[in-house]
Amino acid sequence: MTRSTGPARLRPALRAPAATRGNALPAGAWWLWALGLATAASRTTNPLLLGLLVGVAGYVVAARRTDAPWARSYGAFIKLGLFVVAVRLVFTVFLGSPLPGTHTLFTVPEVPLPDWAQGVRIGGRVTAEQVVFALYEGAKLATLLICVGAANSLANPARLLKSLPGALYEVGVAVVVAMTFAPNMVADVARLRTARRLRGRPTGGVRAVLQIGLPVLEGALERSVAVAASMDARGYGRTAQVPPAVRRTTHVLTLGGLLGVCAGTYGLLAAQGGVHGLPLLLAGLVAAGAGLRLGGRRTVRTRYRPDRWGLRAWLVAGSGASVAVLMIWAGAADPEALRPGVLPLTAPVLPLWPAAAVLIGLLPAAVAPLPPSSSDSKEHA
Amino acid sequence: MIRFEQVSVRYDGAERPTLSGVDLTIPEGELVLAVGPSGVGKSTLLGAVSGLVPHFTGGVLSGRVVVGGRDTSTHKPRELADLVGTVGQDPLAHFVTDTVEDELAYGMESLGLAPDVMRRRVEETLDLLGLAELRDRPIATLSGGQRQRVAIGSVLTPHPRVLVLDEPTSALDPAAAEDVLAVLQRLVHDLGTTVLMAEHRLERVVQYADQVLLLPAPGAAPVLGAPADVMALSPVRPPVVDLGRLVGWDPLPLSVRDARRRAVDLRERLADVDPPERGIPAAAAPAPLPGPAAPRPGLLGRLLGRRPAPAPAPAPVAGVVTRAEGLGVRHGRVQALRGVTLSVAPGETVALMGRNGAGKSTLLSTLVGTVRPSTGSVLVGGLQPSGTPPRDMVRRVGLVPQEPRDLLYADTVAAECAAADSDAGASEGSCRALVSELLPGVPDGVHPRDLSEGQRLALALALVLTARPPLLLLDEPTRGLDYAAKARLVGVLRRLAAEGHAIVLATHDVELAAELADRVVILADGEVVADGPTRQVVVSSPAFAPQTAKILAPRQWLTVSQVRGALEGLA
Repeated sequence: MTRSTGPARLRPALRAPAATRGNALPAGAWWLWALGLATAASRTTNPLLLGLLVGVAGYVVAARRTDAPWARSYGAFIKLGLFVVAVRLVFTVFLGSPLPGTHTLFTVPEVPLPDWAQGVRIGGRVTAEQVVFALYEGAKLATLLICVGAANSLANPARLLKSLPGALYEVGVAVVVAMTFAPNMVADVARLRTARRLRGRPTGGVRAVLQIGLPVLEGALERSVAVAASMDARGYGRTAQVPPAVRRTTHVLTLGGLLGVCAGTYGLLAAQGGVHGLPLLLAGLVAAGAGLRLGGRRTVRTRYRPDRWGLRAWLVAGSGASVAVLMIWAGAADPEALRPGVLPLTAPVLPLWPAAAVLIGLLPAAVAPLPPSSSDSKEHA
Repeated sequence: MIRFEQVSVRYDGAERPTLSGVDLTIPEGELVLAVGPSGVGKSTLLGAVSGLVPHFTGGVLSGRVVVGGRDTSTHKPRELADLVGTVGQDPLAHFVTDTVEDELAYGMESLGLAPDVMRRRVEETLDLLGLAELRDRPIATLSGGQRQRVAIGSVLTPHPRVLVLDEPTSALDPAAAEDVLAVLQRLVHDLGTTVLMAEHRLERVVQYADQVLLLPAPGAAPVLGAPADVMALSPVRPPVVDLGRLVGWDPLPLSVRDARRRAVDLRERLADVDPPERGIPAAAAPAPLPGPAAPRPGLLGRLLGRRPAPAPAPAPVAGVVTRAEGLGVRHGRVQALRGVTLSVAPGETVALMGRNGAGKSTLLSTLVGTVRPSTGSVLVGGLQPSGTPPRDMVRRVGLVPQEPRDLLYADTVAAECAAADSDAGASEGSCRALVSELLPGVPDGVHPRDLSEGQRLALALALVLTARPPLLLLDEPTRGLDYAAKARLVGVLRRLAAEGHAIVLATHDVELAAELADRVVILADGEVVADGPTRQVVVSSPAFAPQTAKILAPRQWLTVSQVRGALEGLA
């Protein structure tokens, strides 16, 4: 055995370990990181910063995603983002935009509308300012979506639901089962379309969709009944006996708490009730929380290898949070840089410090445990 | 351990009870195999043990079912979860979570076991079932055999004293089935678990059973007894028992090993007889496909006024209806097929075999045109399947998919037939005629969902045959079929082959391949590793040899009916 000293010994300690079940990052950490990036994105329309955010999210996904089915959703979210940008542009071009502008790009023939439809415009002049504004807004929305997609492909959605409090566990399982249904139904549709071809019918068209629809729903229903039978036979929904007093208290606390939350929210939003609103809301939340905790006593279930929040989880969640905080702060300090002018048109510049802040979001690509097959998926990505 | 006391089950709207007068006791630590024709109530019997019948399925259960001292009428399935582990027919419908390790832990979590106990049992079960290297894998990426093992493991972790399995090996290739059965045997021998399972593929399981529970007919009282005794009366039996009954061995052998010891004199008696050769029938192609145009006489011939010579009799190659050459298919990153070359002549029956995921279904999809080859070429009836409109393709090739139900859309058999006629451009009533031939006694108004597995297969086969395709493909046709339904299917397919249809079937069922196939093609990892006459390919392989071949090796007898024919010839 060789004994290494100083920096040589430090380096292996800093390297991210291979991911196993034992050191897996909690799904919550990934979601906090992604929501931090999304918050940052919502604070700016600067396309350069937005592009940087997408790049950061994409790099981390490429470096740390697994081969699991949910990890493939990132591409779908990117497509969805591009679609949002396209829709926003189309709307601007055809429905016009209230924004004035001087650089006319082209003119779409305007549809004359009767007087009562005043304020609505179809077609007309399209200016560069309108298009750029629509692009900025669309890009912001797309970046938000892509951040959510990054969380979705890095964190196992089922594990996120596992962290629900005990009383809500059964709801969580229902949601997980529902989520596994979507891919199954997609597979069913593909299979039935193939089967249509086998009978010599065209696979596209409205009639095909209608004819396939029924068997797909039938299959989904049958599968859900089968899963329900399996869950029942494996002890889903076993409850412990609790004294009637505890049960009644649970009901009172939960119901009372929810009522309090409703009344408190109403008070906060209504013009006059500002005084009672906040305390009522807080009291309601506390009561509902206690109700859930007591309700958890009825379930007998335990949790197998729950994810632990370790240093790496804090670093991942913290990096996202700091991106968000720094961006909010930058937005207050220098709003011009984060929202490049549209009227008059100016070229966006990359503000140095906010850009540096966004790069903090790359931290997970270095500290998160490395999934075993990620080198393979990176090659092909 | 399991006690049925005068149990009858009647479902709502059924004319007669599905089970009646079941009165039996299954002692602890036995492996009991429930056998019987399909539709006889095996699944209902299994469901009654786990409490799913009648708590989940509805219906009325009279009498008492007591499992480990608990009466199922007062205990819901979830309250029996620590005592009875149930795995249904389709393992995919069994899974609640999405990774192997979580799935193994799910049952224990529901029961509220302590975390350290859960951890220990998951590790033990991973080792017991050989799943250790799959522990972090998403379930969706597992093969059929792996899924079945995970499903069994997931009910084992709560340490149930009773294990109930419905057709655990039907969807598996022979090797994966051996794995699963080895695990079950270990459970029974090492842990004293009581196992009750239903299975159609008796040739795989009957030798492992301590007792056999025979349900002879719907509503008839079941018979529980030693396997050899029950097999003597059973209407369903594996080839080894069939052979034993033919030769008159007593007690009946249940395993190939038993039968081989007895078969010394049978081998001697058959020493001078050659197993019948199954040649390719010399029938012409059935469909009026446009043949190759007669060669036009050359210029000199025309000058001399010579008539074109009558076309020579089709050489074997000219009669080929299907030809695939250097075929390669990629699904994403997976190379599903690689350099596959295959040709099928009219009237020939080819069995595609190989383990789950070897590329059998992909090859069939390529032949029918739903998958486009990435390299190489396929020609079916002179056309490229993937580039031809479906309407033209149905008249050249027909595929009965693994799940025949996928082909059925309409709500009555009659509507289904009418649709098939118009799809295929056949004259009205031609599909109905086929249905009556393949499936006698099925009224027009029946909903396809209410048919049994075998009837549904026959209906799907009739729909596909309406277009009279010269090439017929079947994907795993015997899954869920009992021996009677299988025998009917064999008869139908033989007749079709005699009429000149080329048939390709992908199957795990070695007995079916032995009965039907002229040629066997074995695929592994997307490549053809063996292609030759059934006898040569199958007899030498331990996994793919039918029981008769194993008993009478090294002579190349494949089926009991061949032996029967030979013995009658001797007598």
